Amino acid sequence: MSSFSRADRSVIGRWWWTIDRWTLVALLLLVAIGAVLTMAASPGAAERIGLDPFHFVRNQFVFFAPSIVLLVIVSLLSHQGVRRLATIGLIITLLLMLVTLFAGHEAKGASRWLSLGGFTIQPSEFLKPFFAVVVAWMFSAQKQDSKFPGKFIACCLFFCVATLLILQPDFGMTITVTAVWFIQFFLAGLPMFWVAAALFGGLGLVVAAYTALPHVADRIDRFTNPAAGDQYQVNTSLRAFENGGLFGLGPGEGRIKEDLPDSHTDFIFAVAGEEFGALACLLVVSLFAFVVLRGFSRVLRDANLFVLLAVAGLLTQFGLQALINMGVAVRLLPAKGMTLPFVSYGGSSLIATAIGMGMVLALTRLDYLKREQIT
Amino acid sequence: MTDLSVKSWKKQRNEEESLNSQEGLKLGKNNAKKPLELARTRLIVAGFIFTACFLVLGTRLLDLSLIGTDTESVTSRNYTAAEMTLARRDIVDRNNIVLATNLPTDSLFVEPKEVLEPEKSLAKIKTVLPRININSLLSVINSGGSFHWIARNLTPEQVWQINNLGLPGFKFIKEEKRVYPHGSLFAHALGFAGVDNRGLTGIEASLDNRLTGVANVNAEPLKTSLDVRVQHALTLELSEAMASFKAKGASGLVIDVHTGELIAMASLPSFDLNLYKESSANERFNRATLGVYELGSVFKAFNTALALDSGLVKIEDSYDATKPLKVSRYFIRDDHPENRWLTVPEIFIHSSNIGSAQIAMDIGSERQRKFLSQLGMLEPIKLEIPESGRPLSPSKWRDINTMTVAYGHGIAVTPLHAINGFAAMVNGGIKRQPTLLYQDEIHNRNISGKRVIGADTSLTMRKLMYRAVTEGTGSNAQVEGYLVGGKTGTAEKAKAGGYERKAVISTFIAAFPIENPLYAVLVSLDEPRGNKHTHNYAGAGWTAAPATGRIISKIGPLLGVPPSTANIAFPAEQKITRPIKNIIRTEFRRSESATF
Repeated sequence: MSSFSRADRSVIGRWWWTIDRWTLVALLLLVAIGAVLTMAASPGAAERIGLDPFHFVRNQFVFFAPSIVLLVIVSLLSHQGVRRLATIGLIITLLLMLVTLFAGHEAKGASRWLSLGGFTIQPSEFLKPFFAVVVAWMFSAQKQDSKFPGKFIACCLFFCVATLLILQPDFGMTITVTAVWFIQFFLAGLPMFWVAAALFGGLGLVVAAYTALPHVADRIDRFTNPAAGDQYQVNTSLRAFENGGLFGLGPGEGRIKEDLPDSHTDFIFAVAGEEFGALACLLVVSLFAFVVLRGFSRVLRDANLFVLLAVAGLLTQFGLQALINMGVAVRLLPAKGMTLPFVSYGGSSLIATAIGMGMVLALTRLDYLKREQIT
Repeated sequence: MTDLSVKSWKKQRNEEESLNSQEGLKLGKNNAKKPLELARTRLIVAGFIFTACFLVLGTRLLDLSLIGTDTESVTSRNYTAAEMTLARRDIVDRNNIVLATNLPTDSLFVEPKEVLEPEKSLAKIKTVLPRININSLLSVINSGGSFHWIARNLTPEQVWQINNLGLPGFKFIKEEKRVYPHGSLFAHALGFAGVDNRGLTGIEASLDNRLTGVANVNAEPLKTSLDVRVQHALTLELSEAMASFKAKGASGLVIDVHTGELIAMASLPSFDLNLYKESSANERFNRATLGVYELGSVFKAFNTALALDSGLVKIEDSYDATKPLKVSRYFIRDDHPENRWLTVPEIFIHSSNIGSAQIAMDIGSERQRKFLSQLGMLEPIKLEIPESGRPLSPSKWRDINTMTVAYGHGIAVTPLHAINGFAAMVNGGIKRQPTLLYQDEIHNRNISGKRVIGADTSLTMRKLMYRAVTEGTGSNAQVEGYLVGGKTGTAEKAKAGGYERKAVISTFIAAFPIENPLYAVLVSLDEPRGNKHTHNYAGAGWTAAPATGRIISKIGPLLGVPPSTANIAFPAEQKITRPIKNIIRTEFRRSESATF
């Protein structure tokens, strides 16, 4: 690979020398870990619901090659290309989500899936990265030209998206999108008064949800008082980490995955803990931390507000989802279904994360200045 | 060469950067530069918050794996040697038949410091215990330490032979091995305890602290509500039905409708508790209390009862079932279409989806949700086993949900939920907490409960259920000696994107004797296939109903239920008390079996 000369000005050659290779390697490592864990966790889940043991494994492996290819292709885009992709993508996913409301099929009480010629896709997964980039563009555009109503458009977009997500209903996704949008607004210079107001408002919303929505109250009660009610999944998950110790029981030796209904999605981290041990889990945590922090530090040097906001938004979404998923598995947070990016089972999530991270790689490439001048 | 190009490239880049920043200056400091500085500062703050979160997560991981968990139910207790040898309490059924007990055994361990000739000693031990691995044990002994297991739970003969070898450093410790005399019969209710005598599933896990510990050494056996004879009859009929209809699984429950005691609970395929290590996840899965399923038309019992009890629907009302009901882009159809106007009883007896959906709309979403919530259909049931399934219900109760829930689709509950709700429909209208523990006849019998429907509605429901068996879909459940009332449910299994027409869950819930119900029976088959005796039908009326009938005809006499007088009409006044004669008979049998 390193045989490309730095003088090589071909597309691939330039890509290789300008891309953030460390992040790329970390992301590919995460995908590889995801493949191993899917093989470890999903046969049990498949067997339990009466499918062929390798049903989920096969389903998931179909998506690995396309997602890596997408990651690379998207990372080749120029900044303008990223903005175009995000805008078009946002429009399409918003339309698809509207369609889902009327024609989607329900899984576990929420209609967020859409059947398209044999595949079921979850449009809201794809919405998240596109939304983050478009919002970043809007905020930065207003800073460039104060007459442009960027903030207003960003706020309108946010309310549309949040409404659509709540109608599905998908509170987990709503919370992620809100958090990412808020952090972007924060970075774009939201006055401290409003930051404080929003934080208190968020706290108020949590209290309101606790009093008004019984299932939210139930989740929180069960978190604060473990003796109160059924904690089957979380307790089983904790036992997995305990069984695994530092070095794990070894691949295929775990038993917990057979008793955890969501072992291949929301609780895949517990399977990692039991079979590969806490040190391997620490590796996963540090990979996520590495990707997020390295991205942050890279855009700190950047002179472009759009790049900073977009990358920060995309990475916040990536890191937040990882933190929530892993936090639930070790009982630092109340139970909330959230997939672990690149690792959990789920084609939509894998492809969407690949697109999002592809955009991060494209925006953090070293030759952005050159590109910007040409365009 | 490459170095040179790097330098030139970097130089070029620097020039570009400075050029760009000059442009930025020209645009005006306040507009472009300041927000960027602010964003950078704030990004550093965000970066620190992220770092802190990741650090907390990492610390928690290490804490979990090194120190263990802090929740009570999963605590890894450090057992002292004395505690380890303490017996678990026996577990018995309602007639004092032993279901789980302990066998004292000896286990062999080694104290490496005292061993004189490791290799020779191990070779000698291998002549008695051929399955030990000399190489791995040798490395363990050579690495030192003070305690390593060699083999657990040895027979007296093996112990005698090893003692005869006279090897220093190899010692025995007294242990207890948990034994389940009935093998696989109570696999899911009892659960099993692992090699360290720690309960891992079922009652053994949930009541671990009532079964072990110094305080419980000489305590009475734990008495469950189960009955070996009923459990056996239930399991036998379930496995026969499973075999003849080539079903993937089956579950069955028998409940005392006046106390909530579970007399029998079975989930197939099952496994031998004594050989739990060889079981598969599918075998260990408890379909009766952990699995949640859409159970189909059995929910019409709840729908009809609510409609009549609310007073919004009269028993003589009738509904148009001439053609499928169109709701937005869905069609609601009947499996046994009558294609005419049906009265409320006819809708129940002929199991009309169209009629039930219309009844549900007359009641309204909110009343339906509240009623199902009162019946406990929306929350997990707390039973004396940890395997408790959380029902799936619509998060937003739209009109279409109201209609499908009326006939048991779009809501998934465990079979335990279904039979417990059903018991409340027939026992006079009282919902009780189901239990696996024996309820003492006089003192702590748990007969208190919550009224969910009126006693008169319950009487009407019993009449309707009786008619559903004599003239409706459940006719194959009729047996000699007892009048049976019940409801069939055949639900298509959900799959990605819709429902499978061929794969169904066939369920039958019945109560007997229906004129004054004492027990309810549930039989549920997972993906039964029709055979020639059933004309290739896999519906509940053909598969689950006859099995239920056979179970009732077997367990009725066992439980001392007096036979129904043939075809009597229902009594005008309902009596919901247990016949005195019956109590005396069970008492008698209990003392008999105790002396045996």
